[in-house]
Amino acid sequence: MNPSAPIVVSDVGLQGRLSSVSATIEPGQITAICGPNGAGKSTLLSIMASLLMPDRGSVALGARSLPDMPPQLRAQRIGFLPQSAEIAWDVCVRNLVALGRLPHRDRGELAIAAAMEAVNLTDFADRPISTLSGGEQARALLARVLAGEPDWILADEPLAALDFYHQQAVMRSLRASADAGVGVVIVLHDLATAINRADRVLVLDRGEVAADGAPEQALAAQNIARIWGVDARWIGDPGSRALIMP
Amino acid sequence: MNRATLIFALLLVLAFPLSLLAGRVWIDPAATPNAALIVMELRLPRSVLAMIVGAGLGAAGAAMQGYLRNPLADPGLFGISPMAALGAVASFWFGFSASAWLLPVFALLGAAAGMALLALIAGRTSSGSPGGAGGGLALFTLAGLMIASLAGALTALAITLSPNAFALSEIVLWLNGALTDRSWRDVAIAAPCVAAGLVLLRLTARWLDAMTLGQEAAQSLGVRPQALLWLLVGGVGLTVGASVAVAGIIGFVGLIVPHLVRPLTDRLPSSLIVPSALAGALLVLVADSTVRVLPLMTELRLGIALSLIGAPFFLHLLLKMRRGRV
Repeated sequence: MNPSAPIVVSDVGLQGRLSSVSATIEPGQITAICGPNGAGKSTLLSIMASLLMPDRGSVALGARSLPDMPPQLRAQRIGFLPQSAEIAWDVCVRNLVALGRLPHRDRGELAIAAAMEAVNLTDFADRPISTLSGGEQARALLARVLAGEPDWILADEPLAALDFYHQQAVMRSLRASADAGVGVVIVLHDLATAINRADRVLVLDRGEVAADGAPEQALAAQNIARIWGVDARWIGDPGSRALIMP
Repeated sequence: MNRATLIFALLLVLAFPLSLLAGRVWIDPAATPNAALIVMELRLPRSVLAMIVGAGLGAAGAAMQGYLRNPLADPGLFGISPMAALGAVASFWFGFSASAWLLPVFALLGAAAGMALLALIAGRTSSGSPGGAGGGLALFTLAGLMIASLAGALTALAITLSPNAFALSEIVLWLNGALTDRSWRDVAIAAPCVAAGLVLLRLTARWLDAMTLGQEAAQSLGVRPQALLWLLVGGVGLTVGASVAVAGIIGFVGLIVPHLVRPLTDRLPSSLIVPSALAGALLVLVADSTVRVLPLMTELRLGIALSLIGAPFFLHLLLKMRRGRV
């Protein structure tokens, strides 16, 4: 299989949550999924990760249907970072990150070390996870996904509950992955991060695609007014935009 | 082999010969008449059975805590031991207990009925969606509790409607598990079931590790939730069902043992299963030897003794959790 195959979402629907969504998502860039609460963002991401089965439509990696792929093989290709930062047992950072190697059934020492390095947690490797701050734990969980060396990283609100410093750190890691050819898809509430850091923005509203394209177009002020019902405007230059509400 | 495995294996090697000598009458291999006969026919099967029962309960507890991601989980949560007990009580009720084979067979049938009920419920809970799977997990646990309380109620009913005083006292005594007067026949019943159960539980190890991150993340790591559930129900059913069949209800082992083991490991569920089997074997062996040695009029029932240790331990655990140190 071609590792740089796109994820092709065709006419996907799920009763009460998504009506019809089609999109072809390219690897090697950061695609942000934005939209009001209840728009179906997390549902779409879960369907792309095959955690949720749509009522209709299909999701494929290149030409190969994702739900029909053996779970272990799919897990090797698609890393999923759920919104909840659940860690049931007080394991050390290295062992937490090593869980990302489960689909490969190997020790993957190099990948684990590289993943901890990427989120700047190498010095924390032997620390129990309970001694880390919330932001550091979030980075460790991201490292868990990176350690699996997936072709795709799907992350559900990876910046929620993170302070500004850790938000930047996580976005830098995701950008590094995208630059290395990995497809990154993130659900984002923070429109400023989406317009400044994503390569493409897919805006959902009530289970449908309301806007799709380059961040500056998809998140233009008139779209924000139409979709969120908020009169707001962007200030600043591209790449360092801020949203203000008069 | 991790540190915990080594420690508990060594302790077991030390405790096992001692358990053969310990009893109301301490055996001096050189002086006691018929020492070989007593050991071979009475003490050895009892000690072997204690280790088999303990190993099954310990490993089942470790797997259940890993699966439910809760240090307070216990193999009893699936309702399998009360169902096995109900089966055994039914054999008393019908007066079948005189046959040495029928009682454990009835208990195993009870456990199997409990597993079948769980399977029926599990088959109806969705596994395709994270929401459904999460709801499924809670539903599943509640279903286990429901089965447990139903079996408990039916057992109580059997006691109140007991045909005669003899059956009544037999039932009540038996419900407080013990290993008194067990023979090689009980070993032959329990050993294959517990061994098969341990194999199933060991197969869940890596998936249980993934469950550390929650069900959604585990699924994204390739875990098949339905398959995991089947392995677990089968493993817990065989180990716990066989234990109840030969020893009655012995509580708290599955709850306590993983806590004794966890601090000695890296805390991942997969690192706990084998040492928990060894530590469970050790705990039941030592507890059973202790109740034999205690200078009481009648032997303290093993199930009662372990509950007397287990209940305060459980409380201690709850208080520790409140302070957030588990």
